[in-house]
Amino acid sequence: MSNPYAKLPAWAEYGLIPLVNLIVAFLVAGLVVLLVGENPLSAAYHMINGAFGRGEYIGFTLYYATTFIFTGLSVAVAFHAGLFNIGSEGQAYIGGIGVALACLWLDRTMPWFVVFPLAIIGSAAFGALWAFLPGWLQAKRGSHVVITTIMFNFIASSLMVYLLTRVLKPLGQMAPQTRTFEAGGQLPKLDWLMSIFGLNLGNSPFNVSFLLALLAAFCVWVLIWRTKLGYEMRTMGHSPSAARYAGIGEARITVIVMMISGGLAGMMALNPIMGEQYRMQLDFVQGAGFVGIAVALMGRSHPAGIIPAAVLFGMLYQGGAEIAFEMPAISRDMIVIIQGLVILFAGALENMFRPAIGRVFASIGRRSVAAAQTRGA
Amino acid sequence: MSDIAIELRGIDKSFGLVHANKNINLTVRKGTIHGIIGENGAGKSTLMSILYGFYQADRGDIVIDGNTVTIKDPNAAIANGIGMVHQHFMLVENFTVLENVMLGAEDSQILNTSISKARVELKRLEKEYALEVNPDALIEELPVGLQQRVEILKALYRKADILILDEPTGVLTPPEADHLFRILGQLKDQGKTIIFITHKLREIMAITDEVSVMRRGEMVATRKTRETSVEELAELMVGRRVLLRVEKGAANPGDVKLAVENLTVRDGRGVTMVDNVSFNLRAGEIVGIAGVAGNGQSELLEAISGIRKAVSGKVLLNGQPIDVTAHVDPRELRDRGLAHVPEDRHHVGLVLKFEEAENGILGYHHDKRYLNGVFLNTKAIQADAEEKIKKYDIRPPNARLKTANFSGGNQQKIVLAREMERGPDVLIIGQPTRGVDVGAIEFIHKRIIEMRDQGKAVLLVSVELDEIRALSDRIIVMFAGRVVGERDPDATEGELGLLMAGVEGRKEAAE
Amino acid sequence: MDFFHTIIAILESTIRVSVPLIFAALAGLFTERAGVFDIGLEGKMLGAAFAAGAVAAVTGSVMMGLLAAILISVLLSLVHGYASITQRGSQIVSGVAINFIVAGSTVILGEAWFRQGGRTPALSGDARFQTVTFPFADAVRDVPILGPVYSDLLSGHFILTYVAFLLVPFSWWVLYRTRFGLRLRAVGENPGAVDTAGISVIWLRYRAVICCGILCGFAGAYLSLAMSAGFVKGMTAGKGYIALAALIFAKWRPLNIMLACLLFGFLDALAIRLQGNPLPLIGQVPVQLMQALPYILTVILLAGFIGKAIPPKAGGIPYVKER
Repeated sequence: MSNPYAKLPAWAEYGLIPLVNLIVAFLVAGLVVLLVGENPLSAAYHMINGAFGRGEYIGFTLYYATTFIFTGLSVAVAFHAGLFNIGSEGQAYIGGIGVALACLWLDRTMPWFVVFPLAIIGSAAFGALWAFLPGWLQAKRGSHVVITTIMFNFIASSLMVYLLTRVLKPLGQMAPQTRTFEAGGQLPKLDWLMSIFGLNLGNSPFNVSFLLALLAAFCVWVLIWRTKLGYEMRTMGHSPSAARYAGIGEARITVIVMMISGGLAGMMALNPIMGEQYRMQLDFVQGAGFVGIAVALMGRSHPAGIIPAAVLFGMLYQGGAEIAFEMPAISRDMIVIIQGLVILFAGALENMFRPAIGRVFASIGRRSVAAAQTRGA
Repeated sequence: MSDIAIELRGIDKSFGLVHANKNINLTVRKGTIHGIIGENGAGKSTLMSILYGFYQADRGDIVIDGNTVTIKDPNAAIANGIGMVHQHFMLVENFTVLENVMLGAEDSQILNTSISKARVELKRLEKEYALEVNPDALIEELPVGLQQRVEILKALYRKADILILDEPTGVLTPPEADHLFRILGQLKDQGKTIIFITHKLREIMAITDEVSVMRRGEMVATRKTRETSVEELAELMVGRRVLLRVEKGAANPGDVKLAVENLTVRDGRGVTMVDNVSFNLRAGEIVGIAGVAGNGQSELLEAISGIRKAVSGKVLLNGQPIDVTAHVDPRELRDRGLAHVPEDRHHVGLVLKFEEAENGILGYHHDKRYLNGVFLNTKAIQADAEEKIKKYDIRPPNARLKTANFSGGNQQKIVLAREMERGPDVLIIGQPTRGVDVGAIEFIHKRIIEMRDQGKAVLLVSVELDEIRALSDRIIVMFAGRVVGERDPDATEGELGLLMAGVEGRKEAAE
Repeated sequence: MDFFHTIIAILESTIRVSVPLIFAALAGLFTERAGVFDIGLEGKMLGAAFAAGAVAAVTGSVMMGLLAAILISVLLSLVHGYASITQRGSQIVSGVAINFIVAGSTVILGEAWFRQGGRTPALSGDARFQTVTFPFADAVRDVPILGPVYSDLLSGHFILTYVAFLLVPFSWWVLYRTRFGLRLRAVGENPGAVDTAGISVIWLRYRAVICCGILCGFAGAYLSLAMSAGFVKGMTAGKGYIALAALIFAKWRPLNIMLACLLFGFLDALAIRLQGNPLPLIGQVPVQLMQALPYILTVILLAGFIGKAIPPKAGGIPYVKER
């Protein structure tokens, strides 16, 4: 069976096509802006200014990006093994338990650099646990991971409401959240990093979990392209029949990959809980797990693509708040639309422009051949 | 009224670079059974798909009852009185027979009236053609033979005058096949025209009136069945190719390296594909398994290499048993000295999206040579790949290139290099030169002989009879899942052809 | 007697919350039975609810609202169809995308057009569905047992409620007793059989997707024109996913769908009722457990511990003619 699409040079495949898809997504988003009677160009200006105009803004942008790097990596790792984990949202939510437990236990007695590693392990372990069941059910019982992870998102949500209203909430407090952590449960901000560039962090919650996210991205790259396990995952993702031939156990890989994916999602909880709010609140994930789908699709599941995609979405989240301030007609929900459009055009419709782009390349090819022939004659 | 049911004039069809049908001319007479025979990949199925409107021919005309027609989709084919029984049945498994028969030919929006009409019509057809089947049975509960009968009824229900059957006996047991032949005979007597596609000579001789032979996309001959012979057809089918010449000395067979005893394998549908097969393979010899595709060779290889579970039987590798009826880890077999070049390199032997070097370790990725702990030793993998590229003259010599971008011959060399350079005791190879350019064929054959001369045991499966004859020290012929004979490599093509067609084999197997 | 009235009240609210689930699950039934999986029920329902609320508020006509709901929902279905049938993209990805696009747009457009914090203006009179009172409902209320059942449980619902329950046998009839239904079920099992029978797989699947859109339109309209008096942002609150769970739980069969939706609706009604009240014998049951129960039950079913949910065989796979 031949590839139904014309072969394109690598730069077009990995650069041009995602870029075209992204541009179309933003053009459609621009139409929505027009529809509510605002000027898309000035919206874009406010967005970029709001995201990068000041050190504080950049801090917020990178704070959001940190979250999205984790969830984007989570979705991407599963993609590599041919699995679609829609459950990053729930896994991140449950991962929060690990963070909260570590902080509640040690925040009064230990410094942050002791609590942090424990919180990392806790968040990853709880996230992995929440992904283990869907993975195991897919591997052993054939229940489709897409549906079970959706169900697990809702179960996680109910479970967390229960825990935060009944178990983790201190007595006498109304709001469904844990107590506020003390110094040991608060991650230091990265003002020193920003000051290297002469920027002032201001009030933004940009914190050390950003460095952890970068480290995680590097580890994922190593995992996928430099380890035996990654090799087995990719084999299974590309060709299950070749995996069987090579003696790669599908069930084992499915469970492991889902746990890694869940662990990465769980680590996302570190950023808002220890880095910003210093307590675990209801709904602290705020859809970041789903943003991860868009980030992974846009970043083509490669850490080198995921980081810029996460920054782009961080920009949308932070800049979107700024647009909302400048243009009352546009709220932060604009981001949700863009997120959906990116998923649509970079994901479900990723091949829509490929034939056209392929034709352009083919005609350029023909013309240059023709030109060469004329010269030859 | 002419007596010609259908005529194809100059049909031509290409898929990309593959020229599947080359200027095909065919005349089928009314009320006859017309066989079309050819090896796998000869272009038979493509031709029939054009006739049924699945594909459009690039050039050429289809003439039915003297009128040139355009068949742009299956609907048009049905309207022109063409019905088709597909190789893989086009049935909805959780529907009843009746629902399947009337699907697409319901005569009103509301089913009740359609159902009662269909029931009456089905009864009539059953009676007229002696095709009994319970109209209310679910397809999934019917045996394969009856499912096929439903396919035939579907075509008749649509008032087909020309019935195309694509490899109809592939899934049938011999008694079911005999029954099918009786049905086809009756249909012919009722004036239907039947086009019967197969690669089995015995069937052609048994039921057709005329036979056309296809080879490599061309229609090479048409004969009256009475006036031809199995020998002639076998020769036409295979063609008088330039004899492959491979320099090789006499074999020095040593100990038995692989022993297969009473192996039986079924496919996913429960059809027995390998039926009580036994043979031995010694060090320093090449045993070739000849046979027309689909006679159990693929399943045999899969069972031996741990990809498919066997139903019963024993396999001994280096004298040690492999539990082929349980799940076998292919990795364990590799560790024990078995290497496997699979028939389907695109989906099994290679991951086309991988770089060349990555495919160089597929299945051997546990080997410490390629690892630093849990990490891949990319330097070692790269160096290993470059060494093999040099040794096997793989082009372009770029270990970082995506495997999909190599030609068929070079892809096959990637697989061969991986499996041969391990120095396995037993090497099993499926279709070593399928889709491989001529230049690479010679190289691959030389390497296989070299393996033998190094004292390795080689099991070779190929549908190319020339290849089997040129390389093998012993030839085993498989037909319908059984070993129907063993011959020396100097056996004539005709003799082997008859065995492969199941003509001589039955007698011999019975002895 | 008090206990009896409680039961009637719980059952009455069970019916009320089941209606959108029934519409949406039947919508999913049509598309998934044709082999197009749809996790975008939530988004279509939300888009329809918004369109209904907005148009009814502007025109003052409940019928215009309903029509708008159907129109928007069908348009969204066609986007899903284009991505997954024509472009052969991932059906899951496309569904996820639609959910987000709608979740964002309804808030943005609602705020831009009505400036009420993402709500549409409160509806009254002809702009909203009215409840239907059965004849003599008031007169027979005091008859023991049957009186309340007739007057409170059966009577007094919105017209759409009765439509939803009538749609259950109607959907069954369409799927199992019409030519369209036969072909639709066939294309979800083996599109090759449909193609070789001379029927267009593409057009058939598009029609199934349109049916899904129409029914999701009803589901959305019920939310904003009947259950509430206007659109509130995010008002579907996961009902689309519950409907999806009900569809799987019902093993893709119409009558089972009604039962599954009533069961899930009952759990919901019970959870609201039980908030803070201990259950006899069992004691305090966390309301969250009740809310999670539909999902837990669906997972257990998917794992094959209660029967086996076998999805349509060709579901999720774009149709490509084979050689």
